[in-house]
Amino acid sequence: MVYEAQLGHPGGDFSAADILATLYFGVMRYDPARPADPLRDRFIMSKGHCTGAFYAVLAAAGYYPEDDLKTYMQPMSRLNGHPNRNYLPGVETNTGPLGHGLPVATGIAIAGQIDGADFRTFVLTGDGELQEGSNWECALTAAHRKLENLTLIVDRNRLQQGAGTEETASLDPLDDKWRAFGWHVEMVDGHDHTQLLDVLSASPKGRGKPLCVIANTVKGKGVSFMHDNVSWHHGVPNKEQFEQAMRELV
Amino acid sequence: MSAAAPKQDGLFDCRDSFAATIEALAAADSRIVTVVSDSVGSSKLAGFRKKFPDRMVNVGIAEQTLVAVGAGLANGGKVPFVSAASCFITGRAMEQVKADIAYSNVNVKLIGQSSGVAYGELGPTHHSIEDLAWLRLFNNMKLIVPADPWQTVEAIKAAAAHDGPVFVRVSRMAVPALERGVNPTFSIGQAETLVDGADATIIANGTMVHRAVAAARTLAAEGVAVRVVNMATVNPLDETAIAAAAETGAIVTVEEHSVRGGLGGAIAEVVATTNPVPMRILGFPGFVPTGSAEWLFDHFGLTETGIADAVRQTIARKKR
Repeated sequence: MVYEAQLGHPGGDFSAADILATLYFGVMRYDPARPADPLRDRFIMSKGHCTGAFYAVLAAAGYYPEDDLKTYMQPMSRLNGHPNRNYLPGVETNTGPLGHGLPVATGIAIAGQIDGADFRTFVLTGDGELQEGSNWECALTAAHRKLENLTLIVDRNRLQQGAGTEETASLDPLDDKWRAFGWHVEMVDGHDHTQLLDVLSASPKGRGKPLCVIANTVKGKGVSFMHDNVSWHHGVPNKEQFEQAMRELV
Repeated sequence: MSAAAPKQDGLFDCRDSFAATIEALAAADSRIVTVVSDSVGSSKLAGFRKKFPDRMVNVGIAEQTLVAVGAGLANGGKVPFVSAASCFITGRAMEQVKADIAYSNVNVKLIGQSSGVAYGELGPTHHSIEDLAWLRLFNNMKLIVPADPWQTVEAIKAAAAHDGPVFVRVSRMAVPALERGVNPTFSIGQAETLVDGADATIIANGTMVHRAVAAARTLAAEGVAVRVVNMATVNPLDETAIAAAAETGAIVTVEEHSVRGGLGGAIAEVVATTNPVPMRILGFPGFVPTGSAEWLFDHFGLTETGIADAVRQTIARKKR
């Protein structure tokens, strides 16, 4: 998709791919034929620039034909550079600017709490994204309201657009920060499906806290020349790189 | 559902009308919730909290979360009324208003309380005379500026009935109830003519409407027949009412807002591209000095006298 569009954010797509696949094919309850089902589990892609992975997973989940992926970022495509709920089933809220997903997910989780509904709300943020203060505003509210139906997954690849997160505005100790805000924290290998499945599919009932899963990942995972390389935040492969990447991913 | 009682002096605080209406609507529709940022008192929502404690979400002093949580609640099937000081619910959370509410086109009602220069002495950080200019940029967001208690009730009811984003600007400035004919009606996008006349038109909204009516009475005594149009909806504008106003050959707009990008600016965009006539836009020039709201109205000519003067001057610019 990124190669054909000559646009995209492949590094973050690959760090998030295993998390997305685990959610959609092992954890979440949804029916692509009824995308507005009030009892569906919700997922919000707060790192909205990583549409390459998100759109591919939504297509594989059955929200729309995989053929549509060929239109990625083309004029008039439903597959915008950042997700748009009004065009694309399966998108819950329009994201792109960072620090929006967790607050909106918090509102969804509160609606579920008011109704006593048992759907869950998941949100995936980048780690650099946590530098946006809006996340910490609603971290207070989510903990205050004991939103056990809310799960934040942090794609902890340790790279943001320009440099490492710890070189830019450091986040560590990230787990302690969330604990101090009143959240339950789990640390996992974000490419290990078994670990992801274990923490994400465990019932949240009775926990009394929102869950933060810090998923340690590698930006550009699966492609040797993108691996942990900041230049692939929004890099685009040339023909040789594309062919090499496809060989390595298979 | 009626407006709350007037205060002793016969004037109304439209926040009371908002509060009474939201309580009545919530009693009939369990989807209605309120979202506040430690703004229960300033939103007059203590009664709502008492009646529906589980249906008020207080996020604390956190306006970005306030607005985004509203979007999430709508996703969860609620009809959220998100209420806080207009200066903060708009400016402080502008990107959330844009991305989470307007661009996502969700069923959230933003209630901008204590708008305009109600917090006069607190200065421009707390004035909300930019809110309409900011929000006018979102084509799908309905913008309503009610002028009195009855219209506040109707605006809140209309906002609840509309499926999509709505902003209602509620003043805390005391205003009288406007005189209307029997069985008045309100709908989003429809202006009302309060006084008819053919020599010029004053188009006003919010707290300025009763002042516009007073100015028209002054001018009528001089033999100048001025139409007064209450343009409560700024988006979408009632273009038919504007076309009719342009036929009077002179238009003066009056608003408790900056002259940049508010009601006057919106009307000027229509008048300039349809039927240009002399116009005058009354409002605030931008950041204003410290002073009470009433002092600011006097200082910037947002008074019966100031409006009447502006009408005379604009009529004098008519082509002969």
